[in-house]
Amino acid sequence: MSLSKPFFWILVAVVAVFASVPGLTNNVALRESLLLSAVSIILASNLNLMIGFTGYVNFGNIVFFGLGGYFGVWLVVVAGVNLYIAALTGGLMVSFIAFLFGTGILRLRGAFFALATIGIAEAVKAFVSNFEPWGGATGLYLPLSTLIEFGGGGKTRIAMNNTMWTVYYLMIGIMAASLFLSYWIKRSKFGLGLFAIREDEEAAAVLGVNTPRTKAIIYSVSGFLPALAGAFYFFKSGLIKPEEAFDLHRSIEAIVMVMLGGQGSITGPAVGALLYDQLRGYLLTDPVLSSFQLVIAGALLLACVLFVPGGLMGWIYGRWPALRGILE
Amino acid sequence: MRTLILTGLAAAVLAFPAVAGQDAITIGLTVSETGALNVDSTAQMNGFRLWQEQVNEGGGISVADKKYKVNFISYDDQSKADRVQQLYSRLIIQDDADFLFSPYSSGLTSTAAIVSEQYGKVMITTGAAEDKTYTLGNKYLFQMYAPATTYLRGALDALKEVNPGAKVAFAYKDDGFSKAVVAGARVYAEKIGLAKAFDEAYAPGTTDFGPIINKVVASGADAIVGGGHYADGATLARQLFDHKAPLSFISLLVAPDSPKFAELGEAAAGNITAPSQWAPQAAYKVAFGPEGTAFNQSYRRKYNTEPSYHAAGGYAAGVVLQRAIEQADSLDGDKVTDALNKIDNTIFFGHVKFAVDPANHGLQIGHDMVIVQWQNQGGTLTKEVIWPKDARTKPLVYPLH
Amino acid sequence: MFGILASMLDGVLVGAVYGLAAIGLTLIWGVMDVINLTHGAMITLGMFALYLIFVKTGIMPYAALVPVAVIGFGFGLAVYWTSVHRVITRPPLMSLLSTFAVNMVLIGLGTALWSTDLYNVNYSVPGVTVQGFTFTGNHILAALAAALIAAGLFVFLQHTREGKAIRAVASNRRAAELMGVPSTLVLSHAFALGIAIAAVSGALIATLFPFDVLKGSVYELKSFVVCVLGGLGNPAGALMGGVLLGLIEGGVTPFIQVSWVPVIEFVLFVLILIAFPNGLFARGTRR
Repeated sequence: MSLSKPFFWILVAVVAVFASVPGLTNNVALRESLLLSAVSIILASNLNLMIGFTGYVNFGNIVFFGLGGYFGVWLVVVAGVNLYIAALTGGLMVSFIAFLFGTGILRLRGAFFALATIGIAEAVKAFVSNFEPWGGATGLYLPLSTLIEFGGGGKTRIAMNNTMWTVYYLMIGIMAASLFLSYWIKRSKFGLGLFAIREDEEAAAVLGVNTPRTKAIIYSVSGFLPALAGAFYFFKSGLIKPEEAFDLHRSIEAIVMVMLGGQGSITGPAVGALLYDQLRGYLLTDPVLSSFQLVIAGALLLACVLFVPGGLMGWIYGRWPALRGILE
Repeated sequence: MRTLILTGLAAAVLAFPAVAGQDAITIGLTVSETGALNVDSTAQMNGFRLWQEQVNEGGGISVADKKYKVNFISYDDQSKADRVQQLYSRLIIQDDADFLFSPYSSGLTSTAAIVSEQYGKVMITTGAAEDKTYTLGNKYLFQMYAPATTYLRGALDALKEVNPGAKVAFAYKDDGFSKAVVAGARVYAEKIGLAKAFDEAYAPGTTDFGPIINKVVASGADAIVGGGHYADGATLARQLFDHKAPLSFISLLVAPDSPKFAELGEAAAGNITAPSQWAPQAAYKVAFGPEGTAFNQSYRRKYNTEPSYHAAGGYAAGVVLQRAIEQADSLDGDKVTDALNKIDNTIFFGHVKFAVDPANHGLQIGHDMVIVQWQNQGGTLTKEVIWPKDARTKPLVYPLH
Repeated sequence: MFGILASMLDGVLVGAVYGLAAIGLTLIWGVMDVINLTHGAMITLGMFALYLIFVKTGIMPYAALVPVAVIGFGFGLAVYWTSVHRVITRPPLMSLLSTFAVNMVLIGLGTALWSTDLYNVNYSVPGVTVQGFTFTGNHILAALAAALIAAGLFVFLQHTREGKAIRAVASNRRAAELMGVPSTLVLSHAFALGIAIAAVSGALIATLFPFDVLKGSVYELKSFVVCVLGGLGNPAGALMGGVLLGLIEGGVTPFIQVSWVPVIEFVLFVLILIAFPNGLFARGTRR
């Protein structure tokens, strides 16, 4: 990842816009909207490491987000740990668990792997629903005082305001990390190994790529940032419940975003996530169309798969090949 | 189709105040127009709208010699929490909502409360029965519903009266609301001396209750209480009948209270009881607002169906808010909060009083649940109130068959 | 003691229906390597089709299974030509996503039409009561229907020309074409058949339990578990897998909290995928 490459600066610019515009204009509605988009971009970009780079479809990707949320919230509420440490611990725990699970299920190929990830996601959700130390089906609730404290204490309105903005900037930071991580991996030797696995796993193995270990590492890495994001997101939401934390539908939406934007590229999933998320937000507030949000999303996905399988960026790169080098 | 027509109507109604160009009070809320919570949330919205219509027909709410019409701004939360904070922020900041109504369900309400508390906006909650929401340190939340932990007390009292030695099976949905209800019920059952034969939760989304019914039967229980929301409650009721479970008393949450429950047929639905936030026959002496029969009639006229307690709760929220605004004679959030904190009156919905202790501010401490039972009156099923004694319209039919 | 046996028997009856549902999925998977993610929507379609037919014409639900199958077949053809045909030669991920997209559209339309109201087919067949435990007539008839349809499918695949054509295309599409089999047409029929079976299983489920638009996905997940138990592409295995799943559910529930059953099911699912990728009832290896 070289500072002389234009893409590096494009990423910096994008992050700067996200970070500065809502703050400068003090636009809370925009902040909320961009926060949700940032979460989508984080999920999609990290998912792309598995789908786009390695060729393995992780249908249960939401598990990372949800577990990170649970570790984070639980440590804060029950153990009284500082949110930053709780989130970091959550991220590391999730990566560790992912590495363990990964070595088991990454032996499977194609559709079997995809199904196994669904199985894991549902098993985790069912387990957490029964796990009383984590609140079981009721979930964990955060006392308002915790959020006020995080924002510096004092008057509720000011402290909460601080909390909301701080969480926002943290999320932007994680988003930036996700994008730069994708970029760094893509340009690295490790990334080359991933692409080799995607193209032809047997050949890659023969040529010296340690495929089991490589796959386990990327599966584990792809969980770290979503887990961090989960911890901060659910902290801000004030509660975490199994249904919301491990929503299979959200997993699927992440896949849709990656496909719509163009899997394999870095810009693709990010753009796909941003567009899909904004579209969804818009549809929700339109009185007539909100009932049809699912229909519209499905129709878009179908059109994409049938006619533009490379997604938006795939189509753009096809039309203007020179852009591929600039926009990655 | 119904959703389209409803939202079309909503758009028309929303457009009205803007066209009228009058002084208006804006109430912001989200409605689960799509998703799993949609049926109950829509009923609640119907209640809100009926109240709005009647208030506006009367010229509006009087504040300091002016009359303000009521304007709703609502968005679809899709029965999911992820957009709730975004939508409530939008309602407060962009749409300038003066007051808020909660989303439907405790989970979504707790998430929304983070935003409403930040901005110090009054939020009246309906459809949010879990006690937990009010223990997190709020100042501006006000719960209309009786809390979850009190739901089944009346049913257990009624059972104790007819069969003091009854053995109770608790079979309930594994979600926050149902667990909270049963947690309270369990403690109460022990307190009044009813034995517990069985106590298990089933996964949400369960459709095959055969396994758990077999276990209940095997435990030798005389009565079953629990359930969850509409879908599982109705399914459980039907299957209890199909399996000919030898029980004398069934009390399920939410489901039997809905008018749709009768569609299961006399055999399956007959003599099942349910705790209800309200029943049309409950004839409370009202301090302000309409009488129960008046509400019932106007609801049936507008919507062509019996009001469920969700609808009644929605309407009651409006009545209470209106009263508080009138008492405070102001639209200022803190003044209205003070007025709400002081309310200790009976309306058509029942007695209303909010806890003011910071540890559980806003918890509803005045309202009691009624227990209703579907009784076979000459061929048709009608809902009768069987508890508490002073509100009862018919005695409890026991045993079940 | 009898309680446990009753529980297991009940499980077997319901399991047969789960098995039938899974047959539709596994057939498509085995023949054309497509994981049909509209499976849930098609089960839902069967449920609503039966409901509408029953409510409008009042004919016995078990007789209405035939029109439901026909409707399912028609829908199956439509889904095949719109979303599967173009992507069948591409990597499996594409068909996964295209069928999923169709699923989203169908569920979205269904919710707009029927919201998430609960619907009920009010038709009860008296059952058999032994020692206080009842096996409802609906359960018994549904299991019988499932077994009959599965047997019928077996006969169809083994002994009819069309059935053999399907098996030929599943085995080697190119070779089948060289032998004069119109492979695309056969594939579309196989797909539609799988959908028809899914729809019929939905109709049977509707006679057992109340349903709403979102319930199909619950049975879809169960179908995945059953397919994996029975081995993908193995219809007989799917039926046995369904019965096995029902047995496990029935046998395990008397001993543990009912809410833990999904955990056990999904953990089993993942373990079997890893250890027995061809299912527990595989005859020989098949990749």
